[in-house]
Amino acid sequence: MSDSATVSERENGLQRFRAGLWRENPILIQALGMCPTLAVSNTAINALTMSLATASVLLASAIVISTLRGIIPPQVRLACFVLVIATFVTLTDMLIEAFALDLHRALGAFLPLIVVNCMILSRIEIMASRQPASVAALDALGMGGGFMIGLITLGSLREVLGRGTLLDARVMPADFEPWQVMQLPGGGFFTLAALVIGFYLFDRRWRRQEVGA
Amino acid sequence: MMPASRRLRLVAAPHLHGGRAVPRLMLHSVIALLPVTVFAVVVFGLAALATIVVAILACLLAERAFAPPSALGDGSAMLTGLLLGLSLPPALPLWMVALGGFLAIGVGKHLFGGLGAPVFHPVLVGRVFLQAAFPAAMAQAWVAPLTGARATELPATSLALPFMSPAAPYDGLSGATPLTAVKAGDTGAPLADLWLGTVAGSVGETSALLLLLGGIYLVAMRVIDWRIPVALLATVAVLGAALHGLDAERHPAMLTTLGSGGLMLGAWFLASDPSVSPMTRRGAWIYGLAIGALVVVIRQYSGQAEGVMYALLLGSALTPHIDRWTRPQPLPEGAER
Repeated sequence: MSDSATVSERENGLQRFRAGLWRENPILIQALGMCPTLAVSNTAINALTMSLATASVLLASAIVISTLRGIIPPQVRLACFVLVIATFVTLTDMLIEAFALDLHRALGAFLPLIVVNCMILSRIEIMASRQPASVAALDALGMGGGFMIGLITLGSLREVLGRGTLLDARVMPADFEPWQVMQLPGGGFFTLAALVIGFYLFDRRWRRQEVGA
Repeated sequence: MMPASRRLRLVAAPHLHGGRAVPRLMLHSVIALLPVTVFAVVVFGLAALATIVVAILACLLAERAFAPPSALGDGSAMLTGLLLGLSLPPALPLWMVALGGFLAIGVGKHLFGGLGAPVFHPVLVGRVFLQAAFPAAMAQAWVAPLTGARATELPATSLALPFMSPAAPYDGLSGATPLTAVKAGDTGAPLADLWLGTVAGSVGETSALLLLLGGIYLVAMRVIDWRIPVALLATVAVLGAALHGLDAERHPAMLTTLGSGGLMLGAWFLASDPSVSPMTRRGAWIYGLAIGALVVVIRQYSGQAEGVMYALLLGSALTPHIDRWTRPQPLPEGAER
């Protein structure tokens, strides 16, 4: 492989990394993986565990599938992808069960359901099955990071407004009136909508300044 | 063949403006609500006055923040604020009232596209958020009617600091609106008190008679379609009477059902809003019927004492479908083209 190809490969990967974090954020822009986003984002710790688990599965699967991309027959690629993803999901599920039983109970069925997270499947199909491992890994890191940013913001907001705490530490005054709806499923929808609006307005202003400068 | 008088007449320009602009419609609505508003302040005193004023101010502020300054002049934000104030419990902490008003205009009105566009009535969007976020406060912040200190004292709960729980508990009267009493197996308030409005309840929902009067004024001024409230109230009356006839122990009398809770306020002033109700006459009948049935079902067969708010929201969600079902045919069915 020539030098110039390596350079462009690294640049390409870095570009993918940044895109996942911001411009193509899986939660706030692509709206992928909404099921765990809305279901288990009621507290910051749930959101953190869930998004970390998802991001690790994505990273590991992307590297493995990208390495194997030459020998996976295209006709059965989806079955192969799911097989690899399911392996890592099972590992993650067992790890969390072994080290944090309470969290495992709180997340319930949503950990095994990472297998069918469409954010993961889309990154594998679009990037990992066609790109070298380094690009695929950086892309997975960016997307996983973006997923974590979105989910943790959502979980923190819902916990602070709905319980007055953050990571179980009290952040609001003692007689703060909790907004109960924030702990209910409806609160997930409101907060996500508010976040998407806020993200859009902020991004638009930011781009305008970039153009103006 | 339709009679000649009902045929659409097309005339060439110039046309004369009928004068039925938005500010005029809003003014009529405010006039129709004036007796109820005054009555609420007389019965609940400062608590009612503060709730209404704060709701209106919050709505105007939100309108100023989300819309061009000229929009303030059409009076729609003021009407939204007035209706919201009238629909909330009088001793609710004022910061909750303000939050509800801000969300009513900001989310309920402008996120859906501004005046005339909302799918759900902005007042109900604000109120349903408060109901979901602060269920305890919304279920307890009642005030007894005609207390001695009402003209000079605000309830302690009204003055809770922003985003804080009130230091004092809600009035011992909690759970004593006529509808919650009915839910608990009581007969509710005496009919005269119920229709006159000297019972506990939301600021402007207690006086069924004055609301009825305001509604009739709106119909007479042709601001609202009479079919919607009539269909709604008739459905509630028929179903209420039928249930009472079947099991008088469990279900309140028809006049109690009609005169209690937010039914009159909802039927005349919220259900009939043109942006949330169907466009056709047949549609208006179906819409009123659906909401009326939902009110009775929610009141009698759910854990909730009052179901008008949810019934109205569900009814509004039906509106686009009703409009599609009742779309007028360009030609009578089977006619030769």
